[in-house]
Amino acid sequence: MTNASLDLNAKLELYRVQVALRQFEKRAYDLFLENYVKGTSHLSLGQEAIAAGFAAAMRSDDYTFATYRGHAHTLARGVPMTPVLAELMGRTNGLMAGKGGSMHLTSVEHGVMGSYAIIGAHLPIACGAAWSAQYRGTDQVAVCFFGDGSTNIGAFHEALNFAAIWKLPVVFVCENNLWMEYTRTTDITAVTHPAADRASAYGLEPIIVDGNDVDAVYDVATRAIARARAGEGPSMIEALTYRHGGHSRADPGKYRPDEEVAEWLAKDPIPMYHARLLAEGATEEQLVEIELSVAAEVERATEEAKAGPTPGADLLMKDVWADGGSAWRN
Amino acid sequence: MAQLTFREAIARGIAQEMRRDETVLAIGEDIGAAGGVFKGTVGLFEEFGPVRVRDTPISEQAILGAAMGAAMTGLKPIAEIMFSDFFAVCWDIVVNEIAKSRYMTNGQMTFPLVIRSGNGGGLRFGAQHSQSVENWAMMVPGLKVVVPSNALDVIGLMAAAVRDPDPVIFLEAKALYASKMEVPDGEIVDTLGTAKVLRQGGDATLVALGAMVPKALKAAEELAGAGIECTVVDVRSLVPLDTATILREVAATGRLFTVEENPRLCGWGGELSSIVSEEIFYDLDGPIVRITTPHIPLPAADALEDMAIPSVERIVSTVTQSLQS
Repeated sequence: MTNASLDLNAKLELYRVQVALRQFEKRAYDLFLENYVKGTSHLSLGQEAIAAGFAAAMRSDDYTFATYRGHAHTLARGVPMTPVLAELMGRTNGLMAGKGGSMHLTSVEHGVMGSYAIIGAHLPIACGAAWSAQYRGTDQVAVCFFGDGSTNIGAFHEALNFAAIWKLPVVFVCENNLWMEYTRTTDITAVTHPAADRASAYGLEPIIVDGNDVDAVYDVATRAIARARAGEGPSMIEALTYRHGGHSRADPGKYRPDEEVAEWLAKDPIPMYHARLLAEGATEEQLVEIELSVAAEVERATEEAKAGPTPGADLLMKDVWADGGSAWRN
Repeated sequence: MAQLTFREAIARGIAQEMRRDETVLAIGEDIGAAGGVFKGTVGLFEEFGPVRVRDTPISEQAILGAAMGAAMTGLKPIAEIMFSDFFAVCWDIVVNEIAKSRYMTNGQMTFPLVIRSGNGGGLRFGAQHSQSVENWAMMVPGLKVVVPSNALDVIGLMAAAVRDPDPVIFLEAKALYASKMEVPDGEIVDTLGTAKVLRQGGDATLVALGAMVPKALKAAEELAGAGIECTVVDVRSLVPLDTATILREVAATGRLFTVEENPRLCGWGGELSSIVSEEIFYDLDGPIVRITTPHIPLPAADALEDMAIPSVERIVSTVTQSLQS
């Protein structure tokens, strides 16, 4: 699918964002292996087109709600690489000075209203931001990303009903990568399409998009966001995709059949888009220049993150309360 | 001055804040035209309309998620969870999302919201509609917890909770909804984190919360008749906790009796006992005694429920025996 409304420069930008997400996360993984990044992390390798396509369709004051698999959505909204990488490494120059970590990336100034690590919890919260925009009359839209596994928890269903009855400006985006952690989603879900097949229960149109085709994602995102902005209510989009790696860094993903992995690697969104851009008039030099400039950005971010100080005790007791402190008694 | 019931005070407190600030909104099940199942929101729908006083489905996670999302984007929602037992179905939003997000984001977000809820027993509703859950809320870093014991405090503490930039759990003792008192006209604004000394005596200090406060006062009256003079402190706010007032009043008599409606284990009095033991141990003249609901689910039958929740008689006999021993 090609999107006639985007010119070549805009498409080159979509390419750049996807390449940046890919190279950033590959570096994040390497830094894990070198023990610079502690704890856990959940990569979006293979799923970049969804983050890139939606972010491009959003206005700068729209709200993003992401999951623990949120590096891509955070970067796609324009958050620089250094604070994200430094956050993964637990440094004071991290996005949250190391207090949140990989699973909770937040940058309010970029509209990234949090990454949530309790499955489904952020769908009702996105409804709240959308309700607020509706009440304040700002025509902002909340876009809420979640995985296929989230569609079987109660908060998903509460949020869908709530958004529908209040006609909230919220776009729900299910990134269906076919696997709920280590289990095939269709094995534990009553319907084939975990999000789209539930849409009609809440009076919504079932929308399925090729989540590896950034033009198609951009197109469907633009329509859903315009609908929300116009006061016509929520949408739910199921974007079909595949994660190249396992669920988290501890998971090699061996439970997946080799043929399935091979089939989806052949549908990798980035080489596909590379080929399309060449066919649409971009030059190989232009694309290589993008890749090299992203590589330099990743190098720079790595050095800056590594150079960041580790947090001290002054941060430990800060910001439980709005007054900046944590006192619970006098 | 006007005679006001506790339930009328809730609506008056909310209305006072909604008139002052149009970013204050109220949501919950049946709070609109119906005026709330406990009639705590009567008149708000008529005055402020369906956009600012909004009915929700029975979806506690959606109610509190909506409140959180609205608070992080500039509104000051007052959300109702009808019975505090129902916190168990939306506790994730309270504990993992609302309470932790300011800290996790290094202060990028604030959550100026109030969650009101009918709390505690005395109405013979049985175990799933009667628990006193103030200890659940108190143990969560990032939540403020307010439990008023009379109509005047309801208005003033509601105003303080709405104006506070942090999330406040506002627990309304169901047993007190019908209680009445004279309340002055005009704006009433109180301060979070302040306990009140309601009565002073030299023999023992009774520290009570919510529906236990009028019982502690009644018990103190009866004890005075028998020659035992008690100080009564109304805690009012568990977080922040006014330890300055409480420690001063306990040190003055040398004896602490807590009167708690929550089940025994990890009740707020346990924490208070620990603070007193650590900080003013040598001012004590005898053991700290906790008077609580036993560690059981609350029974429905009136005869059984009355045995479970601390009564005036139990307070009187416990204090009397303890001071004599």
